[in-house]
Amino acid sequence: MSGDWSFWLREHKGTLLAFAAFVVMFTIYAANHPAGLNANVATTAANKGVLLAIVAMAQTLVVLTSGIDLSVGMVMILANCLASSIVVGSTLTTTIGVVVVLLVGCLCGAINGLIVIFGRLQPIVTTIATGAVYYGAALALRPVPGGDVNTQLADALTGQLPGGVPESLALLLAVVAIVWVPFRRSAIGRAAYAVGSSEVAAYMSGVPVNRAKFVAYTLSGLLASMAGLFVTFITYTGEASAANGNTYTLYSIAAVVLGGVSLFGGSGSAIGAIFGALMFRTIGDLLFVFDVEPLWQPLFQGIVLSAAVCLGAVRLLRIRNRLDLYG
Amino acid sequence: MQGVSKRYGGVRALQDADLVIEAGRIHAVLGENGAGKSTLIKIMAGVVTPDQGRMLLDGKPVSFASPAGASAAGIACIFQELSLIPDLSVADNIAISNPPRHLGLIDRRAQRRMAEEALARAGADNIHPLALVKDLSLSRRQMVEIAKALARKPRILILDEATSALTAADVTKIYGVLKRLRAEGLALLYISHRMHEIAELADECTVFCNGRSVASFAAGTRTDNEIVELMIGREYNAVFPAHKQRAVSGAPPPLEVRHLGWSERLNDISLQVRAGEVIGLGGLDGQGQRELLLALFGVLQGTTGEILIDGRPVTIAGPNVAKRKRIGMALIPEDRKTEGLMLPMSVRDNLSFAALDRLSHWGVVDGAAEQHAVERIVRLLAIRTDGTAVPAGSLSGGNQQKLVIGKWLMMAPRILLLNDPTRGIDVGTKQEMYQLLRELAENGAAILFYSTDYDELIGCCDRVLVMYDGAIRRELIGPEITERALVSSALNIGTEARKAGAPQTAST
Repeated sequence: MSGDWSFWLREHKGTLLAFAAFVVMFTIYAANHPAGLNANVATTAANKGVLLAIVAMAQTLVVLTSGIDLSVGMVMILANCLASSIVVGSTLTTTIGVVVVLLVGCLCGAINGLIVIFGRLQPIVTTIATGAVYYGAALALRPVPGGDVNTQLADALTGQLPGGVPESLALLLAVVAIVWVPFRRSAIGRAAYAVGSSEVAAYMSGVPVNRAKFVAYTLSGLLASMAGLFVTFITYTGEASAANGNTYTLYSIAAVVLGGVSLFGGSGSAIGAIFGALMFRTIGDLLFVFDVEPLWQPLFQGIVLSAAVCLGAVRLLRIRNRLDLYG
Repeated sequence: MQGVSKRYGGVRALQDADLVIEAGRIHAVLGENGAGKSTLIKIMAGVVTPDQGRMLLDGKPVSFASPAGASAAGIACIFQELSLIPDLSVADNIAISNPPRHLGLIDRRAQRRMAEEALARAGADNIHPLALVKDLSLSRRQMVEIAKALARKPRILILDEATSALTAADVTKIYGVLKRLRAEGLALLYISHRMHEIAELADECTVFCNGRSVASFAAGTRTDNEIVELMIGREYNAVFPAHKQRAVSGAPPPLEVRHLGWSERLNDISLQVRAGEVIGLGGLDGQGQRELLLALFGVLQGTTGEILIDGRPVTIAGPNVAKRKRIGMALIPEDRKTEGLMLPMSVRDNLSFAALDRLSHWGVVDGAAEQHAVERIVRLLAIRTDGTAVPAGSLSGGNQQKLVIGKWLMMAPRILLLNDPTRGIDVGTKQEMYQLLRELAENGAAILFYSTDYDELIGCCDRVLVMYDGAIRRELIGPEITERALVSSALNIGTEARKAGAPQTAST
């Protein structure tokens, strides 16, 4: 059948727009950087961007089910503090440490999911509460910043590949391939989209509503703990910083919106959220390149975000029954 | 199905119902509003579980805990409310309950083939499988819904008013599809209020009344009038206040509508409601009555035609305009929990919302005046509440409904629109409400009253306008308002019975 591509475009409009906007912004940034686009500039930019991108992916999974996860930042912090204690020593102990950190991430996500599903609580309240608990655990683990990490592994994942390509980008690709692609293409991922788009219709269609939510929350926790590991690799320490956790949580929501993922659920993709995250980071870098005072950065980021949200609201102009606005 | 019963609270939705469906036949189910049709198919589709009775499939008892269970047993249901997921593509939707998988991942190519095949079987091969459902028109969506049901390769297919949203072209296609499915040996259960469709398609009919299956017979063996006779026979359990004749005044009617239209759901509606009159809106549920009330109240955008208040044309841009003194219109909504009340807020707050502008000076609410007005309404409507500071949600259903009405009485409306206001409330409160409607009318209010309960229309209304397919098909005045007249005009018999006669003989 002809015209497949136009339907494909329609379905992935948000993701493509985010990609295009990021490319434009990054080109401007690279062209105006005083040092030009050398490998070190790219690596620093990539490490910061990839960190937010992974947290944004975690957020996307929950947002797709029309929930929201305000604990992603705290799970990241908890994973960071845990990793700074156990991802050390020989190859064996390091491996075990990484696995334990990821399992703890899954557990945090699973707890969120179970409370939302069986406690019938709103995701926003649930994750504020559990987020505080996770942060408390992180503080208990690491009352003062410190700890250590397997430096070899850390450098291997945050440096450069031959040819100057930042290794963190390869890492991001791997995360997408291991977590997102199977999710997107599996029946349970489809179910998560369905639940977010219309929970009633999904239930009536025999979709496993609860299982889909559970998987989405658990994978979200897993991704957040991956971000926590990555923080440890960049900083070589663990720090239970509430400010960092909250910032990443809020930025992840911004990235999700910029990436064309609908906060109403059911539409968008983690790929979009990745470009949303990279775009959000680039806004900050752009202001730096053009010598704008750092004080202005939140203002500009806010303006860009507002503009993106307004674009998303254009559909409301076409509504004919005003009650649908509130449905 | 044998002796199936279901109760909702104190309401018996289905009582000792029997139904036999055979393979290779189309079985039509008829009944008026609340006769138990919907409950019956919800039980068959695994959405609700029966309190009593049993369901047999091939002679073996079955019970379904969820729609997925019914689906696995080969029962597919096409509901009136669509079960499609708007943000997913047509192909995704068709394959949703069991997508084809390869190594654990969804095999998109196989899914595409499956969707194309199902669309072709449903006679909708001009719908692109990659289109998003939210971009399709209502009629096309319904076709996708049918394709989705067929993709599950069901043995029993249930269609609940499946044609009500379809365009004429799609309806013709569906007839062909259904006849082919019958030839393939499927058992089809067809619920419709369109007599000519039933005459065209059905092999057998079962009539439901008051939650019971009252008669099953081969199609074509009963006349339309006999079928209507079977459908009526409600038990009267309400007493209605006497109508008082009012002198007809020469003043222009408070509410007049000329040629009102809105998308495909409302067509060329003209009506007058005079002061002191209670006008009923009848017909089967979902024929545009709700939309008509919303259109009058300014909720719908893009309406055509004219609304006249006291003979002067007005534009009502929203509920805040409709309630202004000059218009004085109030709408008692259908769902008191979401559209009528703020349940966690106090009785007093809820009552004064609509009249706040009248109770405040320079934007500050006059507490004493508010309390006085609220107490007057609570006394007037005999609302049983433990003071006016308790949350509205703590009241019983009937008293909550009184609260909704009381809220609008606070602003002394001249035009009162009611959207099925007695649904789910007890008999005693209903009585009080009928009394209240009469009193309001006698004091000069113009009342437009939609009810799914025919008794109410008969007992309360001076005139009843019967709607069908978004248009007013019949006006019944005074003694003409009988249950028989309401049912037959709701089914649009009379105008269509003659038309339906021809294909009936042709199809057998």
